Amino acid sequence: MRRAGHWRLGAWIGVLLTPAFVVMLGFVAWPMVAAFGYAFRSFDSLSVSHFVGLRNFADVLFHTPYAAWTWRAFEHNVIVFVALMGLQNGLAYLLAFALLKALPGHRVHQVIVFLPVVLSAIIVGFLWKLFLHPLFGLVNALTGLLGFAPHPWLGDDHTALGSIIFANGWHWVGFPALIFLAGMQRISRETMEAARLDGATDRVLLTRIIWPLVAPSATIVFTLTFIGSFNWFELPYVMAGLDGSPAGATDVLGLYFYRTAFGSVSSGLQDFGHGSALAVLMFAFIAVISAISLRILRRREIEI
Amino acid sequence: MGGKGEWAKNGMIQAFLACNALVMLYPLAIMVMSSFKSNAEIFSSPFALPAGFDLTNLREVWTGTEFVRYLINSIVVTAGSIVLILLFGTMAAYAIARYKFTLNAAIFLFFVAGLMVPLKLAIIPLFIQLDHLGLIDTRLGLVLVYVAMGLPSAVFILTGFLRTLPGELEEAARIEGASEWRVMWQVMLPLARPAMVIAVIQNAVPIWNDFFFPLVFITSDDLKTLPQGLTVFVGEYNTDWGVLFAGLTLAALPISIVYILMSRQFIAGMTQGAIK
Repeated sequence: MRRAGHWRLGAWIGVLLTPAFVVMLGFVAWPMVAAFGYAFRSFDSLSVSHFVGLRNFADVLFHTPYAAWTWRAFEHNVIVFVALMGLQNGLAYLLAFALLKALPGHRVHQVIVFLPVVLSAIIVGFLWKLFLHPLFGLVNALTGLLGFAPHPWLGDDHTALGSIIFANGWHWVGFPALIFLAGMQRISRETMEAARLDGATDRVLLTRIIWPLVAPSATIVFTLTFIGSFNWFELPYVMAGLDGSPAGATDVLGLYFYRTAFGSVSSGLQDFGHGSALAVLMFAFIAVISAISLRILRRREIEI
Repeated sequence: MGGKGEWAKNGMIQAFLACNALVMLYPLAIMVMSSFKSNAEIFSSPFALPAGFDLTNLREVWTGTEFVRYLINSIVVTAGSIVLILLFGTMAAYAIARYKFTLNAAIFLFFVAGLMVPLKLAIIPLFIQLDHLGLIDTRLGLVLVYVAMGLPSAVFILTGFLRTLPGELEEAARIEGASEWRVMWQVMLPLARPAMVIAVIQNAVPIWNDFFFPLVFITSDDLKTLPQGLTVFVGEYNTDWGVLFAGLTLAALPISIVYILMSRQFIAGMTQGAIK
């Protein structure tokens, strides 16, 4: 490293830092600060109007009609998170173990499982929306072969959210799978061999030996799934629409926030004050829960 | 170990992986096959191979819609963002990694703190900011937001890498009288190529696939990116399934080809940010 003494060297360092610094200041730092300020104000269409204290927060959390929408959307986000952790990431863990064996063809399987991950959620959403179509969809054609009656997967409020979660799993399972795989590959060969010589079955290996040793990967997967679930937007937008149809059965915080801030299809009303309050609450919730869970999970990494 | 038990177990694992590959690839295969079929053929024999390589649907998407325009917009926006992220990110990372100055650590922290910020939730101030600058509904506005989104990870990756390079090369070049500019450009940066590839992939994929920012910032049809354009296109052709599948196939094609050619770098680039 070189110490900056001479003024010309100082100027050179300034030139190097300035562009990146200016962009970050204008498009990350300032907007984040402003977002907090806006939550305490009312808006006259696009321009900031007067200070309203905590009213926007009180509205979205406790007052009709906002509160009911907020809590319903929040509940759906919790369901999405739990389902993705259990189903998508559970399958990802098993896939990682299968890939770890490095049987012939494992490289190809690795490429295949990650292929949907690189596609846009918009493509994936539209594809599955066509497949789930009640009359002409592939899924009903398939279940029809097994003798089931056609089902409106995205039209029935009991199956709509589940269908979108399934599409998310198909899209994304490769990502946690390869993170788990990277974690498993760091486990020393001796540890695995020793466990096998002791007669550990695959089941014991997966639950008692590997699981504690991939704790750092589990921490990453948990945290990213948590953040992703509470920012969920593209898939429900494409598959269920901005209003979270049918009848709000798929409404999540991302859709609700967008509708509040920028207006829905039916009403073009922009409400930046309530929108900002929602954004601040979502940000605070995600930040606090991630921080707490990271602390707990990091401690767990050391203990086991 | 080994023997019959091991054989049976490996067979089961192969079967499991094969099932998974089928679930992953079959929907994509149906998508591609359906793009060669007419509506009637899709509905009557959804699982069958297409009767022939009928290019009507693909031609309709290519010439009858704004698809090519959306594609070009996506290329321009992604390439512009990546060039700026790499340029500004490398400059800043080089200054932080290779020089000692006051505030060095603070500036690094400022950039890295950006990794924690979900910029989507700052969409309202970003919208107002771009509106003041007259950049709503422009490609430049979109690019600036993507550059801001990509810089933290680029600075983080490149600083980490540039710090590991030995100082001897740099000193030798200086003793021979090379300027700071030449030391950076001709001596140090060529060594940083692997880190640059990671930074490019990590940022290019989410930018290429992004839908949220164009949805908010872009309203003119001529400026829409591919994911955003798809929503317009699907609205227009919602009863013509052959054309819909052809559109999805063509939209998925560019990134799929690049991914298959560079799968190792893609997987490393996209998972590395998470693992570090």
